[in-house]
This record gives sequence, C-alpha cells and structure tokens, in this order.
Amino acid sequence: MRFFETFFNLSVIEKYLPDLIAAMGVTLYLAVATILTGVLCGAALACLRAAGNRYVNFIIIMFADMMRALPPLVLILILFFGMPSLGINLSGEMVIYLVLSCVLMAFAEEIFWGGLTSVTAGQWEAGRATGLSKAQTLFYIAFPQAFRMGIPPLVNRVLATTKLTALGSVIGVKEILSVSSSAQSFSGSATPLTMAALAYMIIFIPAVIASHQIERRFRYTR
Amino acid sequence: MTASRTMLEIHALEKRFDQTEVLKNIDLKVGEGELVFVIGPSGSGKSTMLRCCNRLEEPTSGAIMIDRERITDIPRRDLDRMRLKVGMVFQGFHLYPHMSVLKNVMLAQVKALGRSKPEAQARALDMLDQVGLKHKADAKPAELSGGQQQRVAIARALALDPKVMLFDEPTSALDPELVGSVLKVMKELREKGMTMLVVSHEMAFAREAADRVVFMDGGYVIEQGPPDELFGNPKSDRLKAFLSRVSGNEAA
Repeated sequence: MRFFETFFNLSVIEKYLPDLIAAMGVTLYLAVATILTGVLCGAALACLRAAGNRYVNFIIIMFADMMRALPPLVLILILFFGMPSLGINLSGEMVIYLVLSCVLMAFAEEIFWGGLTSVTAGQWEAGRATGLSKAQTLFYIAFPQAFRMGIPPLVNRVLATTKLTALGSVIGVKEILSVSSSAQSFSGSATPLTMAALAYMIIFIPAVIASHQIERRFRYTR
Repeated sequence: MTASRTMLEIHALEKRFDQTEVLKNIDLKVGEGELVFVIGPSGSGKSTMLRCCNRLEEPTSGAIMIDRERITDIPRRDLDRMRLKVGMVFQGFHLYPHMSVLKNVMLAQVKALGRSKPEAQARALDMLDQVGLKHKADAKPAELSGGQQQRVAIARALALDPKVMLFDEPTSALDPELVGSVLKVMKELREKGMTMLVVSHEMAFAREAADRVVFMDGGYVIEQGPPDELFGNPKSDRLKAFLSRVSGNEAA
C-alpha cells in the first residue's frame, strides 16, 4: 500500500494532471519543431556539402563537429544566461528549440553525408550520362538513396535528441520534467514523477513504433 | 550495311591520367547505322575512349564529332544537352534501385528532355516492350535478373532518342546464360539502324553482328576491318597474340 501511496497517489494525480497535460503539449511541440528543423536543415547542409565548395564545406564541417562535440546543456546555458548580456533575450523554449535543432542538424548532416558518399560513382554517371545535371542527379538519384540508408541511424538520433527537451527543466521551460519535478517539491510526493515517466512513454512509445514502420517502408534490397 | 555518312568521328584523341598515357592518337569513324566493335586486352584504353565520347572522361587533346557537332568544344556547363544525343550502357547496369523500372526509364525523359509525364510513360512502356520487359514495368531493379536489368538500362538510354549508343562491356557482368537476351536486343537495335559503338569481349557476337571490328592495344588502334578479315586474317602480331589468348581461354 505504501508503494501505491508513494507513486500513484490519486489525489496528487488529480491535482497536477491538468498541468502535466499542458506540459506534454510543450514537450511535444518542441520535439516536433526540433525534428522538422533538424532533419530538413541537416539534409540541406548535406546537399550543399555535395556541391563541393571548399570554403562552404569547411564551415559545414566545423559546425557539425562543434555541435556534436559540445554537450547540449553547455550550449543551452550559454545561450540562456550569456545572450542577455549582449542584449539578446531568448525565451527558454526558444533556446531549447535552437540548441536541439542545431544538434540534430549536425548529426543529420553527417548521417546524410555518409549516405551520399556511399552512393556508387556508377549511379552518378548513369544520371549524368542521360543528360541530368549534377543538381538533378543529386536530388532524384543520389539523395533519395542516401536518405534510405540514413533512416535507421537518423531515427535513433531523432529519438535521442528529442528526449533532451527534458533539459528545458534547467532553464524553466514548462515541459514535462520541470512541471512534474516542481509538483513533486510542492506535494512532497513522488507521484508527479511517475506521471512524468508515463507522459514520456505516451509520447515516445508511439514514436518508436512509427520509426519501425518508417524503417520497414523505406527498406529495399539491392 | 554501308555507311551513308559519319555519325561519330574521333580524331587524334589523347588521354592522359597524370603521367600515364592511356590513349595515344586514336582515330576512329562510325558511320550512321553502323555497329562498330572494339576489342583488345584489358588496359588497352577501350573503355576510356568510349567514355570520352560523352565526356564522362575529359580528353586531354584531340577532337570528337557526333552528328557533325564537335562535342570536345562544348563548355562543361552545356554538356547535358549533348549527352541526350549519346546513349550509354554500362557494364554494371547502374539502374536506380529506389525507383520502379518504369520510373527508371521515365526520369531523364521528364527532367532532362522536358517531356510530359504521360508522354514519357508511353515512350517508356514502348521501349520496355522493345526489350521484352513491359510486364516488369512496376518491378524494382533488385527483383530482376542481371540480363533483365541490362535490358532496362538499354531502354532507359533509348527512350531519349539518342543518335549514337555506346556500350561499355554490356555483358561482362552477366551470367553466361543471360548474355544472349542482351545481345539479341542489341542485334534488333542494329536492324533498326541505330549507330552503335561497342566495347566487348563477345567475339562470337562481333563476328556475327558487327560491321567493323577495331582492335586496340596500348592506347593505339592497331588494326581494323570487317570481322571476317580481322578474325580470319589478322595482320599484326599483337592481334594474332590477342586472338590466340582469347580463343585459348574460351577452349579452357
């Protein structure tokens, strides 16, 4: 009984459920915005890199390496506490969105770029020999294949990055973890944390299932 | 078949990769509707010569004319238009694995030639029918045998109405029992009057279907002539040695 009282206290659940549902909304839209921005911009960067300009590529590689090397929390704290001194005030949500998008963008760029380099020279030659331009060969032939190859690692990275929305709790974003941990302090009960765990599962288990389906759909044998 | 006019002409072609001279002064003419076969030991520069004809490889010097146009003078950014006139078939097929057979044959028609989708589709089905694969239009390349994939690759090139077809060892990656189907398509093409330049080791096919056979070795054209003459009465020692090596392999 003590176990249920600690983790599944009904009166606590009732009290904090509305807050937590609102927090799920915040987590969800931060996650969706991050995925869209990160994957699309990562794909764009990989294609830009395929154009082969030395200076542009240097910048892309530097960006990707830095974003992958730095812990996201460091970037979040710098943007949130450092930028106001420069007169740039970003909301906590904006900071989370920007940092996570950039991190996902960097990983997505590397994943798509890896895919592009493993598309055989013959594919490029077949496209060019039929009169397609370099850009057309990239968009219609090379990138679709790179995208398919990138799906499994990309899905993993998308899930890992979107879960980092929990870092918003450090800078006061009203997402699932921060709402539930302040509820925990107020109520003195661990129940809000259980609710948080369940909330994350409600969001991410369908996402994991969907990812399996995406992987299956885009798989093809050579 | 006597050539009425020259469709492809290679003049004093040279190609160097760093210090290695792969092609040294190649001269070659292919008349309209002619099927010219290029044979020679590996490393003799056959494929490089072929790839210069649509500038997948940049010639170091010399000139190549296709349908009276000097394609070696075309600036790099205008190559796409020229390549529409030159169909190419590769040893490794290189079909696009993520697209259906039909889409493979339609893509360049729509994106490079600017045909409408219904028009491109009709043309693609027509070409697939010509290579006997209309019933595979909706299949993915991975579901086809090597011989079928190569026939789709031929259809993909033909759909663009090229003036010349280049074949770079089209049957070398195929199991022996699949070679015949590809050669049959090539023979039908010849009967329809397509101009073809073929690099291949299919000596029997050369004997049967070629108008002329060209023997290359060490970056030079050593000898050329009608197949009966070249195979029956080789003049140079190099060709004699090559032919005896090849027939030796076939016997073994």
